[in-house]
Amino acid sequence: MKSTDLAHSIYRGTGILSRPLRNLRRCDRLKCRRLPLTAEVIHRLHFAFTVTFHYLFPQLTMGLALLIVVFKTLALRTGSEEWERAGRFWGRIFGINFVFGVVTGIPMEFQFGTNWSRFAQLSGGVIGQPLAMEGVFSFFLESAFLGLFLYGQRLISRRMHWFSAFMVFVGSWISGFFIIVTDAWMQHPVAFDRLPDGRYEVLSFWQLLLNPWALFQYAHNMTGAVVTASFVVAATGAFYLLDKRQENFGRIFLKVGVIAGLISTIVIIFPTGDLHGKYVARNQPAAIAAMEGQFKTETGAGIVLVGQPNEETGQIDNPIVVNNVLSFLIYGTTKAEVKGLDQIPRDQWPTALPLLYYAYHIMAGLGTYFVALMLLAAFLLWRGLLHRARWMLWLLLISFPLPYIANTAGWMTAEIGRQPWLIYGLMRTSEGFSHTVSAGNGLFTLIGFMGLYMLLGLLFTVLVYREIDRGPEAKTIDAAVRAN
Amino acid sequence: MGFLWFWLVAVMIVGYVVLDGFDLGVGVLHLFLVRTEQERQTALRSIGPVWDGNEVWLLAGGGTLYFAFPLLYASAFSGFYLPLMIVLWLLVLRGISLELCNHIDVGVWRALLDGVFGLASALLAVFYGAALANVLRGVPLQDDGYFFLPLWTNFQPGPAPGILDWYTVIGGLVALVALTLHGALWLTIKVSGDLAQRAREIVNPLWVALTALTGVSLLATIHVRPESLNNYSAYPATFVVPSGVVASLLAVYLWNRNAQPVKAFIASSVYLFFMLAGACWGVYPTLLPATTGADHDITLTRAISGPHTLSVGLVWWSFGMLLAVGYTVFVYSRFKGKVDAAASGH
Repeated sequence: MKSTDLAHSIYRGTGILSRPLRNLRRCDRLKCRRLPLTAEVIHRLHFAFTVTFHYLFPQLTMGLALLIVVFKTLALRTGSEEWERAGRFWGRIFGINFVFGVVTGIPMEFQFGTNWSRFAQLSGGVIGQPLAMEGVFSFFLESAFLGLFLYGQRLISRRMHWFSAFMVFVGSWISGFFIIVTDAWMQHPVAFDRLPDGRYEVLSFWQLLLNPWALFQYAHNMTGAVVTASFVVAATGAFYLLDKRQENFGRIFLKVGVIAGLISTIVIIFPTGDLHGKYVARNQPAAIAAMEGQFKTETGAGIVLVGQPNEETGQIDNPIVVNNVLSFLIYGTTKAEVKGLDQIPRDQWPTALPLLYYAYHIMAGLGTYFVALMLLAAFLLWRGLLHRARWMLWLLLISFPLPYIANTAGWMTAEIGRQPWLIYGLMRTSEGFSHTVSAGNGLFTLIGFMGLYMLLGLLFTVLVYREIDRGPEAKTIDAAVRAN
Repeated sequence: MGFLWFWLVAVMIVGYVVLDGFDLGVGVLHLFLVRTEQERQTALRSIGPVWDGNEVWLLAGGGTLYFAFPLLYASAFSGFYLPLMIVLWLLVLRGISLELCNHIDVGVWRALLDGVFGLASALLAVFYGAALANVLRGVPLQDDGYFFLPLWTNFQPGPAPGILDWYTVIGGLVALVALTLHGALWLTIKVSGDLAQRAREIVNPLWVALTALTGVSLLATIHVRPESLNNYSAYPATFVVPSGVVASLLAVYLWNRNAQPVKAFIASSVYLFFMLAGACWGVYPTLLPATTGADHDITLTRAISGPHTLSVGLVWWSFGMLLAVGYTVFVYSRFKGKVDAAASGH
């Protein structure tokens, strides 16, 4: 089945919902009367929206799994009841967060087939594998041991309970790895062969898993997850101290959150962000040029700190630029030439270029703020001043949503940067979506997901807030209900 | 290779149905079988630690289908787009409501979540049954191997069917009753007291309904797709499959009546296996029959991935599934025995 055949295959359907929105074309002129919500745009939005919402949960799951192991290890080592309760408290939050991640994640695995069928058919032989591996290796592992961790406290020893927490951590980090391997192959295809009918076949299992892009991306992504978790833990600690309740736990959470935060916010920039960025620059020149707003090729290119990209004129409006830095960051010398968008054919520019630029700058800007905040907080912690520095506690408290934004912006950078390619250099996004699913049907289910996820978001916020409000001292709700 | 992978994927689907099947059954039953809050807790606890792992079989199976039969995955998922999306929403609602029941202490919201859990479980069973029936009935496949079905047309399984027609609705009902029965048998193993007694008693009317529906569905299948008998006629030994359906049904009834819950549950699992195996054998080697002519069928050879992909896959899949079976056995054994109603949660 050649991809060109698929691209030209005729859609037929019956019934109202399946009738295609005919005659929708890309609007080139202002006189165009229709909003170009084509099937391609709808399917892109569909995947982008569902995966963005989904990833809000796994980033906390993966980061928090690590921190819970820390709590449980300290509990086992010191025999302290406090660390044990802390571990169990975060375990309850983890349990809530985990199930939201699971239920919003299931649509993702199926969405390759439902909304991106042509892509799935041709690439299934390659990336179907890491996706299946995620299910076979990590999901079974996670759910088996999470069940034990949450429900089996009475049935197993303390050591076994620690082991359950550790296995959940391992399972969730393996899960992340396989997803990254999938995305990395789309960004930087390796170890493949193209069959005569257009399908891709994997040639080497290990080369697929050890794709250099995957290794850099994984290190960077997982560190991002730890950033999220450490901010959440630190913010909770700050909350308790500011509200002057359960202060012993407040102090523990602050300590763990700030130390983990300091390490992760530094590592996310150096070495993981730096190495990943350099690799992107060498392998996706259009992406790096668009991200950095590098419209013109330049030797000794400067880095744009702020400014709005004007795609129509090919300039940055009101820029603040630091000279030579971009050349240095990418190539290690200020004499290096950075390829601009002017040297790249227009049909290979990332679509939604300004969005890419902003996503990247939001990520990098927030990343800078994070490390500054954590350095300061760690210093205060070291001097024993943190608990009384209310201004810093406030900053830590209100900053907890920001890593979520930064992680999302990072993923947007990666995915929009890859455009117009679905598989870099091999398949364009416009060639991959489900041609039998009309824009109307896609819109129907997109609205359905938006509504459902809005409810889920509200429910999640209410539930987690209540757990935090009750705190580590409180009995479980289970027990409270039974007492009535 | 293709033959092997067909059965590996089939095993994963059967595994999912047998395991998550009783989760769905318990979900349906808990709405009207429990009388007290304590009993409700107990029923939910009987599936609490294992439901998520059971659901993973769907994901692992779906992923395996993706890499082993990418054309089938792509064509079926985009063609069955609307019901699949509804199934996804139902899975979201089922998972959320089940897991969060224990985090809510306001009676009104607990009742709402309970209702959502029960309804989602029931609808999932119906959709799964209808999905299988759709595969058996066939779909209007185009030259490129793709199709799209609206939710309904005229409710006839003719040349222009929808997802729901009288045949697939029967399929949905079979699945609903079968999985509810399966869930009831699980409860007889895991709970005690009045609840267990009620579960044992509800098996009987469910069993009668299932037997009738099974017979009707088999006749309907032959009517809608006479070719489904071809493989059986060619290899008469395979009539052991429908015999197995009958035998296991009988075993369910007898063992439940004789208060042998574990055996009855196993018999129910065997029934589900034979029903699914029977359906597979009815279409094999076609994976997705076409109502637009047999030359449009998606067959095994047409959909299978390349040989190198499959050999690579076999290595890690075998290793991974061995581990998975290991974890599953480990977890179930840790939680074996009757549910301790007094045990605390987190």
